Amino acid sequence: MDNAIEARGLEKTYRGDVKALKGVSLAAAEGTVFGLLGPNGAGKSTTVKILTTLSRPDAGEAYVAGYDVVRQPGKVRLAIGAVAQKSGLDPQMTGRENLVLQGRVYGMRGAALRSRAQELLERFGLEEAGDRTVRTYSGGMQRKLDVAVGLMHRPQVLFLDEPTTGLDPEARVDMWHEIGRLAGDEGLTILMTTHYLEEADGLAQRLAIVDQGIVVAEGTPDELKGELRGDAIAVELEDQPLDGEVRRALDRVPDLYDIAVEPRALRARTDSGARAVPAVLAALEAEGVKVASVTVSRPSLDDVYLRYAGRAFSEADAEEKKKR
Amino acid sequence: MSSAITDTWFMTQRHFRNLIRQPVWILISLVQPIVWLLLYGALFRKIVEIPGFGSGSYIDFLTPGIVVMTCLFSAGWSGMGLIDDIDRGVVDRFLVSPASRGSLISGRLLQGAVVGVIQSAIIIVLGLIIGADYPGGIAGIVALTICAVLLGTGIGALSNAIALLSRKEETMIAVSNFVLLPLVFLSSVFMAQALMPGWMQGVAKYNPVNWAVQAGRAGLAAGPDWSLVFTRMGWLALFTVICTWLATRAFRVYQRSI
Repeated sequence: MDNAIEARGLEKTYRGDVKALKGVSLAAAEGTVFGLLGPNGAGKSTTVKILTTLSRPDAGEAYVAGYDVVRQPGKVRLAIGAVAQKSGLDPQMTGRENLVLQGRVYGMRGAALRSRAQELLERFGLEEAGDRTVRTYSGGMQRKLDVAVGLMHRPQVLFLDEPTTGLDPEARVDMWHEIGRLAGDEGLTILMTTHYLEEADGLAQRLAIVDQGIVVAEGTPDELKGELRGDAIAVELEDQPLDGEVRRALDRVPDLYDIAVEPRALRARTDSGARAVPAVLAALEAEGVKVASVTVSRPSLDDVYLRYAGRAFSEADAEEKKKR
Repeated sequence: MSSAITDTWFMTQRHFRNLIRQPVWILISLVQPIVWLLLYGALFRKIVEIPGFGSGSYIDFLTPGIVVMTCLFSAGWSGMGLIDDIDRGVVDRFLVSPASRGSLISGRLLQGAVVGVIQSAIIIVLGLIIGADYPGGIAGIVALTICAVLLGTGIGALSNAIALLSRKEETMIAVSNFVLLPLVFLSSVFMAQALMPGWMQGVAKYNPVNWAVQAGRAGLAAGPDWSLVFTRMGWLALFTVICTWLATRAFRVYQRSI
């Protein structure tokens, strides 16, 4: 089997009729990094929980390392390492003790157990902190130890659920390096979820964009960006105009497509940003709409997201936070 | 099965080590029963003079009660650690590993039982120092300890079940405060059952705390009433089995909600 992870039509409804997944399908080839990208609440963590046997799907099927996650959860568990969003470390134990306990529940014993723990502490630059309790660790150190714990038993497939959320920028870059190094490990398949677009862009060979419980786009980062032609124009408005005003203004500008009007911003695509900007500004001014700023950019994953999910990524994220 | 036993042991070791790393906790759990024994022992000393109390020395009467009460209280808070583990994602981390699911609860119960045995031994020795007599001897002490630990295991399982269902420390604190102290006063920990108001005696009959105190006291008395000891022990064992079953159900509910 070439796909280390394969899911078809996963559905999950939580009590209280919260439909977290509405049919998620994805496939990750062996030895690759697969990114699951989406705003908070899109269904990324639920997908990971199902793939790691923590949660059962209401419908659909999934195979990890060739085993069925519902019918052969024991086999799946031996084959995977999972780093959840919540750390899962015991803060009163030392880094080494956390690693050793993890190894023990996987049946590791004696010298092999001890040397593996030492090897991982060294690999993640934690050998000095290894015998201190985890409560004394910084956020970045804890996250590294989380990954080390997930790797303790040499899994074939590693799940990283938001590995860099909550880390300061420096620690985040550090974690990217670690994940990049892991990706080079022979045969290790990594599925990581993230809501940082640049993270998915830089680390994943393939990615799926999830929004509101479905996969809205899948492909390599370049494929996804390649589907968008031209430049992206984003205009921030000083006050909130009537929707009709902005539409009317933009209809007069040639070569403008994928127009999206948000309360105080608008986005559009064009073949040449340099030519379109003056025309857009002139048209808006003619309608009396005041402009705060204009940016022109090459297509980014944010634009891909906007195109498939029908809303800007940051907006979807903010909406989810409001709901909580 | 063998992995269930070894995993339970790994978890027990983990909880035990974490306990030892909290010197304040150790100090408080040692000092508290001492305070109870000295304070209540002095406060109610004259109570034995009430006709019909049925015991000559209050400290003889009180010591088994404090043993049971101490095990009850430690066990009642057992779920707090589980809530902490749930919040930190420790429970979920072990659920995605091949670790035996049962060990996540049984490890805590076994650790509670070990702590219970140690606490009981300390209180029994302390009672001896301040003048308690145990005519029932070693057999009685063993019976008292078994009953106190059985009660602790059952209450500990209930506490874990509440933790799994509520997942909130506030709920845990409210429930424990609401239940634990009344259970003590609705038993013969401090007062001879014969002198309790009629309705309280009725309630005490169904109170597992009272079963443990009755059995422990009977075991320590001169000429122990072994049939009383064993029936109460049997009820306590049944209580523990039921509570453990409830904790298992609560665990399923938790797993389904993830």
